[in-house]
Amino acid sequence: MNHVLERTPHVPTRALSLETLGMTMRFGNFTALRDVSIKVPAGSFHVLLGENGAGKSTLVKCIMGFYQPTAGQLTVDGREVEVAHPRAAHDLGLGMVYQHFTLVPSLTAAENLVISRADVPAKINWAHEREALAAFMSKMPFQVPLDVPVGRLAAGEKQKLELLKQLYLGRKFLILDEPTSVLTPTEADELLGMVRGLTSAGDLTCLMISHKFREVTAFADEVSVLRRGEYAGGGKVSDLSTADMAAMMIGEKELVRSAKRVATSGNVILEVKGAKAPDRSGFKTIEIGDLKVKAGEIVGIAGISGNGQMELMQMLAGQRPLEEGEIRVKNTPYKATRSEARKFNVRYLPEEPLKNACAPKMTVAENIFFRDFDAKGGKNQFWLDGRRMMAEAARLVGEYKVKTASLASQIASLSGGNVQRAVLARELTGEVDLLVIANPCFGLDFSAVAEIRARIMAARNAGTAVLLISEDLDEILELSDRILVMSEGHIAYETPAASAEIGEIGKYMAGHH
Amino acid sequence: MTTDIGLWGVPLAILGGAIRVSTPFIFVSVGEALTERSGRVNLGLEGTLVFGAMSGYAVAYQTNSAWIGLLAAAFFGMLFGLFHGYICKLPKVNDIALGIALMIFGSGLAFFFGKPYIQPVAPHLPAISLGWWSDVPQVQAALRVNVLFIAGIALAIAASWMLKNTKVGLTIRVAGDSADAARALGIDVNRVRLWSTAAGGALAGIGGAYLSLYYPGSWNEGISSGQGLMAVALVIFARWSPINCAYASLLFGGAGALGPALQSVGVTQGYYLFYAAPYVLTLGLLIATSSTTRAMTAAPGELSITK
Repeated sequence: MNHVLERTPHVPTRALSLETLGMTMRFGNFTALRDVSIKVPAGSFHVLLGENGAGKSTLVKCIMGFYQPTAGQLTVDGREVEVAHPRAAHDLGLGMVYQHFTLVPSLTAAENLVISRADVPAKINWAHEREALAAFMSKMPFQVPLDVPVGRLAAGEKQKLELLKQLYLGRKFLILDEPTSVLTPTEADELLGMVRGLTSAGDLTCLMISHKFREVTAFADEVSVLRRGEYAGGGKVSDLSTADMAAMMIGEKELVRSAKRVATSGNVILEVKGAKAPDRSGFKTIEIGDLKVKAGEIVGIAGISGNGQMELMQMLAGQRPLEEGEIRVKNTPYKATRSEARKFNVRYLPEEPLKNACAPKMTVAENIFFRDFDAKGGKNQFWLDGRRMMAEAARLVGEYKVKTASLASQIASLSGGNVQRAVLARELTGEVDLLVIANPCFGLDFSAVAEIRARIMAARNAGTAVLLISEDLDEILELSDRILVMSEGHIAYETPAASAEIGEIGKYMAGHH
Repeated sequence: MTTDIGLWGVPLAILGGAIRVSTPFIFVSVGEALTERSGRVNLGLEGTLVFGAMSGYAVAYQTNSAWIGLLAAAFFGMLFGLFHGYICKLPKVNDIALGIALMIFGSGLAFFFGKPYIQPVAPHLPAISLGWWSDVPQVQAALRVNVLFIAGIALAIAASWMLKNTKVGLTIRVAGDSADAARALGIDVNRVRLWSTAAGGALAGIGGAYLSLYYPGSWNEGISSGQGLMAVALVIFARWSPINCAYASLLFGGAGALGPALQSVGVTQGYYLFYAAPYVLTLGLLIATSSTTRAMTAAPGELSITK
């Protein structure tokens, strides 16, 4: 740390306070932010709550100098400041951890830290840098392996490294933009606990964007809520209930509740036996000994990202060839070809649907029609039936409330929640006997989350076998009938959801057993 | 005087070939490795190489100095690189398509300006005899090493070192692996790529000058047999590491000498097939080292061909 301070003498040594006054941001006719004033005292942990599109990102981008606010003032440590660009914000000691990683995947942690400094010497003396890094790390409450390319670190470690980077750069006011959206609850708690420790010690002030109430009540001092670009309320977390905060966030909208769980029992639909395949790196093997999913049952697979869930999804979708073993659907060997998927009514909802389940530049209607464009009533179709496509798409867009400018818009122009709704509409239409889902609610705001979970539950109640692979343990606990834990490429633990213990699941997720 | 050394001539010829033929590959591929590590592909290096061969030869003839010719080739190569880099900065420009255009443009321009220089003889770049310890002329011939070969090897080592140990090197890698991360660090991605492409162009120009000023050592329109293009492929084969680029170039050069070497020891049938050896070898190694299920970890994340 001394090392950093030597080189950048203007960096403050204590936590900073920050205040916005009447912050307003207009993009053309659209007002993204209207007259927002918030106050973040030095050494506090402040959370900015709001739904997607409520203006949280716009506000922090104004603070960090990415946008120039149309009106309003910014005060840092009692002094009014003008932040013309992100560099200027950095010079004031303000830093930001983004929702998506800004680390360079092929560089090691040490290289990432050193290159992020503003004063890197032309020739890097690695012996010297290593010493300085070791000295810095010894003062930190947590460690990250320094010599592994960042691309090989788990999401939790990457996020810790992002945080470390900001501290290494001597930032005293940190904005965290949904830092836990890619983390498991255990990882999230660990990370936020560390931030909490730093703010309590007066070394750091933190402004976090979030929509997870659990994190707010567990870690934050104060909260400000934005709704449609305006300040909707706030105060000390200890004075507010979750219901109060939810009311401020969503106003008078009604949430879709998860459909009730109906008792069902059915035949085994999906069976994976002794399936082995190499993982992404090729050095480890994914091994699924015995996995069965019955009709009318949701089997949740929990696990920290990077423990083989992605590979399991690829094995089931036919994207990763098996070395050994087999996958059976309705007691028939299954290779995931288009015709087999159609015959057995198998549907997929992969993670990041825009990337993995859509052709981003094709229209909403075309994307919704992917399952059916070449078949009608069991017969193959040669010509594309544009009229049928439009009718189908219009019906599904209405039914699933996909918000789109028109059916002919590129699907890439839709928001994340609407892309997910469109894909869900496609995959859940018609008879579905087996549904394989991965991280369906990643990065969506919570009204979209509730609606999508309700759809999944409804499909289960209608007799679909559902395999839910998710890194969000709350989601697994809410939806599953049976919970499996995946760790280091195999299934380490199984429990019925009714008698599940979070502590036990957490232990297996972390690989301690 | 020649000593009959029998079949020993084959490995010797391969060694000599590896040293002689590999030099332009080393320069072009190390240059392209730098360009690609910054996140851009310059397929136009074939054109740059041919223009470098012509301009190097022409300037060497006019000034009667091979070294000034070499500098001129590097300079014109850099101009080509800057041109490519500048156009690619503009929105919606595809670097592959532009590269192909520049490949043909560079060759055409070189043929246009190079017409008057096909006849004259320009001075050659000097070579060092490392075979003084042997009495066998074939050994001496194989070990006549051009200074550019040594410079090329040194360049490959220096480039590898630079990518790991300097600010410039890390900056290039950041720009090539994640433009978003680079912007977050305040790096001007376009500028980094512009100058990386310029450096790659200059090195390709030098590679071209080697062709016209040393081996084969004259300027004509058939001077390049696709070295510029092949070097770009070698970069992928070498997994974007400059040192590996040097190895790959040596391997490629050595394999290229197989056909002529067999012919010289009296194999009269089928040696034409061995002219294809470098390509077969490259294909074979690429297939052997690739995988459908494993990610190509060394590939820069921003490249338009791997994205």
